[in-house]
Amino acid sequence: MSAHPPMYFKNRLYYALLAAGGLVAMVGAYGVYMMEHHGHVITGMNNQIVWGVPHVFAIFLIVAASGVLNVASIGSVFGKTLYKARAPLASLLSIAMLAGGLTVLMLDLGRPDRVIVAATNMNLTSVFAWNVVLYSGMFSLVVLYLWTMMERRMNPYTVAAGFAVFAWRFILTTGTGLIFAFLTARQAYGSALLPPMFIVLSFAWGLAVFHLVQTVLYAWNDKQLDPLISQRKKNLLGIFVIASLYMVAMYHLTNLYFAQQKGFERFILLDGGVFPTLFWWAYVVLGNIIPLLLIYAPGLGKTRCVFAASALIVLGAFAFLYVFIIGGQAYPLAIFPGYQASSSFGDGQIAAYSPSVHEFMLGFGGLAIAFITTTVSVRVLNFMPQDKHYITD
Amino acid sequence: MSEMDIKRRNFLKTSLGTAALSIAPGILLFDVAHGTAAVSAAVRWGMLIDTANCREGCNDCVTACNRENGLRGANSTTNAQWIRKIDIKEVSTGRQVSLPMMCQHCAHPPCVDVCPTGASFKRADGIVLVDRHRCIGCRYCMMACPYKARSFVHEAVTDQNPDVPRGKGTVESCSLCVHRIDAGLKPACAESCTNKAILFGDLNDPASEISKKIRSVASVQVRADLGLDTGVRYQGL
Repeated sequence: MSAHPPMYFKNRLYYALLAAGGLVAMVGAYGVYMMEHHGHVITGMNNQIVWGVPHVFAIFLIVAASGVLNVASIGSVFGKTLYKARAPLASLLSIAMLAGGLTVLMLDLGRPDRVIVAATNMNLTSVFAWNVVLYSGMFSLVVLYLWTMMERRMNPYTVAAGFAVFAWRFILTTGTGLIFAFLTARQAYGSALLPPMFIVLSFAWGLAVFHLVQTVLYAWNDKQLDPLISQRKKNLLGIFVIASLYMVAMYHLTNLYFAQQKGFERFILLDGGVFPTLFWWAYVVLGNIIPLLLIYAPGLGKTRCVFAASALIVLGAFAFLYVFIIGGQAYPLAIFPGYQASSSFGDGQIAAYSPSVHEFMLGFGGLAIAFITTTVSVRVLNFMPQDKHYITD
Repeated sequence: MSEMDIKRRNFLKTSLGTAALSIAPGILLFDVAHGTAAVSAAVRWGMLIDTANCREGCNDCVTACNRENGLRGANSTTNAQWIRKIDIKEVSTGRQVSLPMMCQHCAHPPCVDVCPTGASFKRADGIVLVDRHRCIGCRYCMMACPYKARSFVHEAVTDQNPDVPRGKGTVESCSLCVHRIDAGLKPACAESCTNKAILFGDLNDPASEISKKIRSVASVQVRADLGLDTGVRYQGL
């Protein structure tokens, strides 16, 4: 029998976790320093693959930050009690992931020191410039929403703030999808399907992150999640996974129908080396099929299964974004359709890309920022969902 | 009128006089610097490239561009290439063509549309440029360009040409040798082409050699389907 009270170990574990998160963030800062000092030449990115692993991390964090708010919206906008109790935690995760994602995006710039230029010189035709407003607006709006929920005197404004957040995050994820949808000449992008696809993907990824954090939080506090609540939330996750798989299938199916897109689809789905492997095995099988089995198969669907399913969905998300962002750039641009091309600048060639450790440092640094923000916040403020005895809505 | 008022009035007069004296030379110099030949939309600079005259294996335009703009000219994947030779072969017929590819100086440039800070811009005379002081290095323009005309500066640059400032962490591309055009010269690539495959001139002037030629011979814009109205045209494609 230990001489210490149980909280003693939890306190020590808490500081150990914080130290681990801080260490990863510092390694990220070192990666940024190296990239700043030497230039992007030390990354795997080049003039063909201009966006790399940092963008995979950043876009995951930003898309999931929007999707996790679904939990809050179902509570505030649609008035479901069990989700309302989870709105503060969802909002916290959103802020944390947004902060992490934006930090990565900003620090990957060639000139992050000029970030103020992006805020003071806005080109209104640029969806990037819109996103500067959308991201910072989202951040402020979610902070406001949290305030209306956590400060009793502000409670009457929660519904209004909830509506504003609900509308804003749809526009925000549309903006993220539009970054790619507006690329007129690239075979992988330039599709109007991308904004809605990103919205649906955000639902699944955001909810998966929420499940992961909620499970850990309940275990930490020695609490049991009401099985009925767990049941409803896991079903919702399943529906989101099916819906996102549907959107991704439609994106590829429409491409497969167009003769000029067949080469690209063949590359991504069949013979593009690492990309088909990641797409089919990591995204489709590990990130969708197995999670669906874990959620729906008879005898499964318990807390541990949903936890594992959520973790796999997050891994699948990274695989999907790697294929989408890097695979999409690796396939040669069709400057002369109907011709074979060769040049000193990679024309007609599959572009090579091997991410460097600095890119991963930066990406994990962003995850660490989200982790630290969440860990400290759930410790100092009460984000634990407060369920009354469960009543069906 | 009190003595205080007169003092104040005198003070204001002296201040205004001093201010005017200090600003005036600046305004005059600004006029001197900018007063000559302002860029006008009456001109649209462009090129016609005759692929029949462009020899496979000849790299003279690329070499001239590198020398003029202070580029290293190495072919690594992180090195800047403002102009490159592309060899193309039609899949169905086997016909082969060699041609130079660079910024096409579109009338509706996607790089300008997507640039968040307005660093990518089109000058009144149709030249598409990057303001190196505004570029934050997001590389969105490189994603948007249908011609892969842009390069990112991946490492510190040395031996710069004073007319062509460059900088690590920013994006750059063919400027149509804007510094030469402003001095009344042709772009370096056009001047260096011994086979006369690159014809440079004002597309808006009906009497210019380039305008006369594009009226009489068949020429196309690359990826004309995108509707970008490029300033560079190709003959024999």
